[in-house]
Formats: sequence, C-alpha cells, structure tokens
Amino acid sequence: MPDVRLVNVTKRFGKIVAVDKVNLHIKDKEYFSILGPSGCGKTTLLRLIAGLIKPDEGEIYIGDRLVNDVPPEDRDIGFVFQTFALFPHMNAWENVIYGPRVKGFDMRKAERIGHEVLEMVRLHERLDAFPHELSGGMMQRVAVARALAAGAKLLLLDEPLGHLDAKVRNELRYEIRRMVKDLELTAIHVTHDQSEAMAISDRIAVMKKGKVLQVGTPQELYMNPKTIFVAHFIGGANFLEGFVAEAADEKAVIELRGGLRVQAVNKGLNRGERAVLAVRPEVFTIRGGKSQNTNALQGVIERVAFEGTNLRYEVRLENQDLIVIVAPSLSHEWHRVGERVTVSFEPESAHLFAYPEAGMREETSVE
Amino acid sequence: MEKKHVQLSIRSGLVGLLKKLVEKLDKLSSKSAIKYGVYLTAVALFFTLILIPPLLGILIKWGTLLDFFGDSELLSRAMDAVRNSFVVAIVVSALDVTAGVPMAWLIARSRSAWINVLDALADVPFIVPTAVLGYSLLLFWYRPEGISALFGSPLISPGWLLVALLHFAFSYPVVVRVIVGALLDYKIEYEQAARTLGAPPFTTARTVTLGIIKPSLIASFILAFARSISETGATMMVAGAFVNGPIFIQNTKETNVGATVFVSLILIVFSCLIFATVRYVGSRFKMPVKGAWPSLERKLSYSSATLFRNSVTLSIFLAIVLVPSLFAALPAFEALPTDAFRKALSDVPPWDDYWQSLVLSYSLGAAVTVLNILIGLPMAIIVARKRLGNFSSLLNVLVDIPIIVPSVALGISLKFFWKETIAFIPETLLLIFAHLAITYPYFVRSMAAAVERISVELEEASRTLGAKPFCVFRTVIFPLTKYSMFSGAIMVFTRSVSETGATMAVVTKLKTAPVVLVDWVKGKVAVSPLEIGLGCGFLILISFIILLALRLVVRGKGRY
Repeated sequence: MPDVRLVNVTKRFGKIVAVDKVNLHIKDKEYFSILGPSGCGKTTLLRLIAGLIKPDEGEIYIGDRLVNDVPPEDRDIGFVFQTFALFPHMNAWENVIYGPRVKGFDMRKAERIGHEVLEMVRLHERLDAFPHELSGGMMQRVAVARALAAGAKLLLLDEPLGHLDAKVRNELRYEIRRMVKDLELTAIHVTHDQSEAMAISDRIAVMKKGKVLQVGTPQELYMNPKTIFVAHFIGGANFLEGFVAEAADEKAVIELRGGLRVQAVNKGLNRGERAVLAVRPEVFTIRGGKSQNTNALQGVIERVAFEGTNLRYEVRLENQDLIVIVAPSLSHEWHRVGERVTVSFEPESAHLFAYPEAGMREETSVE
Repeated sequence: MEKKHVQLSIRSGLVGLLKKLVEKLDKLSSKSAIKYGVYLTAVALFFTLILIPPLLGILIKWGTLLDFFGDSELLSRAMDAVRNSFVVAIVVSALDVTAGVPMAWLIARSRSAWINVLDALADVPFIVPTAVLGYSLLLFWYRPEGISALFGSPLISPGWLLVALLHFAFSYPVVVRVIVGALLDYKIEYEQAARTLGAPPFTTARTVTLGIIKPSLIASFILAFARSISETGATMMVAGAFVNGPIFIQNTKETNVGATVFVSLILIVFSCLIFATVRYVGSRFKMPVKGAWPSLERKLSYSSATLFRNSVTLSIFLAIVLVPSLFAALPAFEALPTDAFRKALSDVPPWDDYWQSLVLSYSLGAAVTVLNILIGLPMAIIVARKRLGNFSSLLNVLVDIPIIVPSVALGISLKFFWKETIAFIPETLLLIFAHLAITYPYFVRSMAAAVERISVELEEASRTLGAKPFCVFRTVIFPLTKYSMFSGAIMVFTRSVSETGATMAVVTKLKTAPVVLVDWVKGKVAVSPLEIGLGCGFLILISFIILLALRLVVRGKGRY
C-alpha cells in the first residue's frame, strides 16, 4: 500500500537549493535507491519524506495521503540513520521496543514484536548491552530492528552501511534487501556507493546538485545512461572528445583529437557538432600489435594493475588521450608496460553525447 | 623619526623575547619532570589555599564542640536549623530544575533573535549581589512599596517561604545555564530517531532528551543545592524568625564557636552524602519509558500546549525571578531627576565609602579571576584528562567541597586558620583567599567539562605532528576552550562581586560593595530608600555592562 509520490518538491537552505523540483514515484514494495555524490541533496530528500524537514514547495504523498504537514511520528515510517542514533541511555533491547512502547502497545505485545524483529536481524545475544559496547555491525542490526519494530511498511535508510567495514557492509546489504522483501516493505535507500545501489535495488534515482537526472533499473542505467554524469557515476567510462564528422540516421562517425575516426550509434547529433563518446573500460578488446578491426585504435600500455578478478590497463593512444581498460585476468593474454597494442570496441557498446555546455570537468564532477 | 625607530626596535625586541619564551616553554613542557611539576604545584595550591584552610579552620576548633554539646537546648536548635537547611535546599533545587528545563528548552531551541535577550536576562539574578537580592525580594514581596501595595497588606512576610523564593531566584540562572549548555551540545538526531519511531515531541523529550542529558540535570541540581545550603548574606535579610544552618552560625558565631563548628561539619558531611546518593540513584534511575500515554502525550505536544507551557515558564521567570531581583534598583529611576542622584555622584558621605567599595569589589573580582585561571586551569586538565591516574578521580570529588561549606562558616574558618598560621595576615589577602575558595569549584567545573568535550584524538594528532605538550595546549586546547574559559571567568567574577556572607565573616575594616549595601539596608548608615535604590542600581548596572561586554566578546567570535 505505501507508495511514495513527490511532486515538484523543492527545499532550500538559505541560497542553496538542496532539492530542486523533484518528481518521483516510488512504487509499493519496491526497493528504491537514491544515489548520488555527497552534497547532491539525497539525504535532504529522504528527510523530507520522513518529515524531519518540511519542503518549501511541492507535495509529498505517502499512499494516498498528502503528508506535507504530518509530523514524522504520524507518518508510519521506519528510519535508519547513518550514525544509527541508538539511544545511548538505553540498552539494545530497550532501543528495539521503544517504538511499540511509545505507540502505547501493552508490554506483552511490545515484547513479542521485539523478539520477532530480533529474530529477523539474527541478533539474540547481548541484548542488555548498551550501544557503546556493540560493534558497528551489531549497532546496525539493532538500528534496523528498531526501525522494523515500529511496524511501518515504509523503511527509509540513510546511508545505513556507510559506517561499516567493507566485509560487513557487503553481507548486510543483501540481508537488508532480503528482510525488506520478506516483510513486503517499501524501502528507500540513500547511498553514494554505486555498487551498493546496483546490487540491491529494484530501481535507482541518480541525483546531482538537487536534481534527479535519471530513474531506472540498474540495468537500464548501466546500459542506457541518459547523461554523461550517469555514465560516469554508474560503472564509469572513458570519455573520448571530438566532433561529428559524418551523421546518417542511425550512424555517426566521430573524429577524435589527432584525426582518429571511430563509428558510433547516433542519437540525434548533427554534423559538425562537438561530441563526447563514452566507452566503458570493460567493453574494449585489447590485442598485441596492429589490427584493422572496426574502431581500432593504436596505443602503448603505460601502466598495468592486477586487481584480482581483473587487470586494469592504462593505454596512451596515438593522439595522446589516456584510456582505461579492464579485462578479466583469467581468460585473457596479459600485456606488459611499454607494449604496443590495438584496442577496439563495438559501435553499439559506446554511448554518444553532445559535448556538455558547462564543460567536461563540471559535468563529471562528483564534488 | 629617531624616537619612532627606537620604539619599533623595542617592540620587535619584545616580540622576539616573547617568541623565545614560548619556544623555551614548549621545550620545557616535554620534560615530564616539568610537566608533573606544574600539575603538582596546582594540586598543592588547591590543597593549601582552597581545600584545607576552611576544613582545618573548623577542625582546629574541635575542642569547642564539648562546650557546645553540654548545652542541649542550643543543640536541639542547631539540629532544627540544619534540618531547615536541607528541606529548603532539596525542595528549592527540585523546583529550580523543574522550572529551568522548559526555560532552557525555550532558549536552546528557539531560532528567534529575541532569545538572546531572554538568555541575557536569565543571568541577571546571578550578577545582583546576593545581599541586594535578599533586600530586593524583601521589598517586592513584603514591604508596602512592593507587590503588597496591590493587596493592602504584606503578601509574604519574612520566613521560610521568602527564603525559598530567594534561593529559587539565585539558583535559577545556574540551572538554566547548565541545561542550555547540555541541550546545545547534544545530537538532535536522537530526537529525530524517536520521532520517526512514533513518539510525539512531548514523549520524545521525556524519554529520550531528558534521559540523555540526565548528568547535566543532576549537576544543575547539585549546584542549586550547594548554593542553597551555603548562602548566608541574603538569607539573613529575608529569614525573619526562620533559622537555617548558615543563619544559626551567623547568630552564634560570636558567642559559641562550637555551634559554628558543629553546624558546618553536619552541613558538609550530609551534603556530601546527599550528593553521592543523588549521583548514585541518578545514574540508575531511568526515565519511565514503560508507561507511555500516547493520547495524553500527543495532546501535550500540540502547539496550544506548548504555548501554554512557554507562557507559564516565562511568567514564573518574570514574576518570581527577574522582577523581584531587580526591584530594589527601581527607586534609582525615581532618584534620577532629584538631588540624591547628584549627591551620589559626588564625594560626600556615604557615597565616598560606596564608590571606594565598588573599586575594591571589582579589583577583587579581577584578581580572583586571574588567580583562578592560573591555578584552576592545570587542575581542570588533570581532572578532565585523568593526568594523575586514580588520584584524579579523588580530586574530582574534592574540588566541589568548598561550594557546600556555608559561606559564613567558610569565612570564619578561613579566618581561624590563617590567624593561627600567620598572625599578621593582611585583610586583603584573607579576602582574596575567601573568594578564591568560593569561586574555584565553578571555574574548574566549567573548564574541565570543556576540556572533556575535546576529543583526545585532536591532542594526539597534534602530538604526532610534532607539538610539545605546552604547544598542544597553546594551539589546540586553548583555542577550542577559550569561550568556556571566558564564561568560567564571568561566573567567577560575578560570584566574587556579589559574595556577601563570607566577606562579612573574614573582614573587619575593608568593605566590599555588598557589605556596604548590607550596612545601608540594615540602617547602620543613615540613608534614604532612594539612595539605597541608587546604590543597588549602580552596582547592578555596572556588573551588567561588564557581563554584556564580555558576552559580546565571547559571542562575536562565534562558537566551535
């Protein structure tokens, strides 16, 4: 039942527009992530949904109810804070049953709910421990249990894994998703970590500077980024700059710096326009010596890094552009620093954009 | 030209000298002998100047207790007086904390610019000399020129109720100050978490906020309690036939030293016991979360309920604290167009004594403030950072003792002690020692709290970057705590300027401003009510201006 709709929601702090005319529809029982660099307004957006701050303009609906003037305690939500915000003067158990108690449930019911949610987060020992005595992972479990115990169908998570070690983080993210799905909750998860968002979300909204740039499933965002920033922030890409030398309906030839020519799929650019071609590091094929494939570019390997699963090459092209290529380390012939190579990619696997008005540095900035 | 050149070179020479001195101090501070030397000196000064003299001064006269115990009638009166002290102290402190929480909440949470005015006004009773405060309350509640004018007969006669009102008024600013500090320091996220879990604002405040700032609630209770137990000067003025511990001492100090010794000891020992109990029970007591009354508490969270609460809070502040405190100074406005005002600014008696006493009071306040910074700062660091191991925890308890000794008893025993040890000790020095003992706990407490708030990691970072201990203090601790130091200094200064009971007990010839005003009020010097009003008015005005100036300095630079 709890879908969340934002209509033209705007929030300013002084002169800064933290959230700028945002429209979103988060569906019932959906695991939805809001992804963006720090300072993009994603946490503000979540706090607006929770009612911790009020929007300057626009409407927020939870279910069919307009909640602009509804205080947080009446929005029927669960909120997991980045710093957990476990009450330091209560032990783990008291924290967990705080919600049922302040809602006036009788003790027996509150305790039953408490046991149920603790079962769910797999936390049974150390219930009498105070927050400062718990490890980060345990604090996180208590925080999630506390939010679930409030009985809400809408769970809001503000960078819930941000303060944890990488290993714990990876385990817990799947666990949270599993719980959300088991309980048939709607979850809105704020994060700056694209791999986290990709791994657990049904859909993701990418935000930058208070605006939502694109909403879609992880696959859509990866396969079909609508802007240079989304291509950059999700998955990452090499950006080859040039201009459109030839443009037919579906095809374009891009002339890169130094006169190199590559083919790409055209999306409405005209001949002579400045353009940026985004090519993901993993779509290149890399071979020793020269070859004459489509979109084959010559270069010299400047650096090689072994990352375990993958090898990461930095290749200096003939036109002095530096590109990054990632190739699986097992099924692949390794190349050395200084080796002359040919790199190539399929025209369909690259994404063509008009050159951004604000410049590439500004467009790809994550500050 | 020549002269300017010489001046410049002198200045650069001085700067160079200062730099060398600082470098030298930095280097010296890394020697642990020097570092511990500084700490141990501070501890030694604490024991010899502040802790031992008042206690030993009482114990020296141990022998007089026997005489006293012989007089069973006096003994039973003493016990009554002590009981009165504790009843008033407990009830008043509890009421102060109850009234102070909503006021502090209002100040800490409001975003209105007017709140700064309210914030400054809340400090007013703190700067009114306690004796003047007593007189002021007497005028307001009892004398025909006060609120009694509305009723035709005295509203509240001198007695326990007026004493309670007085103690409520002078502890109010301290309680509010401590709780405002706690509310500003604490993470608002806890409250937000409680709200998202379904608790309305009132429930949130009761179960989460008050629970988390509980140590500050306990601290403010203890401060109010200590002040109520020890205050003498003002209480005398409004007590009428009511006798509590300090008044009993005041009444019998000339005739029976044993009574002073006995009452002081009982007050000290029982206060320590009560503090320990409050701390122990307080740390185990939990805000009742078990019972939640959603519908009632939801109603209490409505804006109409909030408005009602704020109105009551402000009314209590205005009617019981602010207006009665300032009432004695009101005739000053009447006196402005009259001859009395012109006379006051001239050098004729009694005003010559008055202005001299003002100069003495403010110089004394300044001297005591500087001394506190010198010997209190190392102590604050020792206590906050546990620099002397387990001994630090003991010091932490001992630091509070001087504020629970009744101020008149403190004065008397200081006099005993120093007269026994140094026969010809100058009165000025006695005065400084007495004020130092009374103000020291306030300074060390506020500084220690400030130092505790700085993460140890910052100090460690500074050390790993190559700073010597003194350099760490200079470049990290001091810049981060200087505003707390300012406010600690303000507390010391105002407390010294307003102190009456101990001052009257230690000196015979020297008169500070509060002592002069007590003489006037008691009719020892022939003055008109207008002149008393003017006298109180000048003192309050000058203190307020100093306080305001210091506050502007503190506020202007912003906070960390």
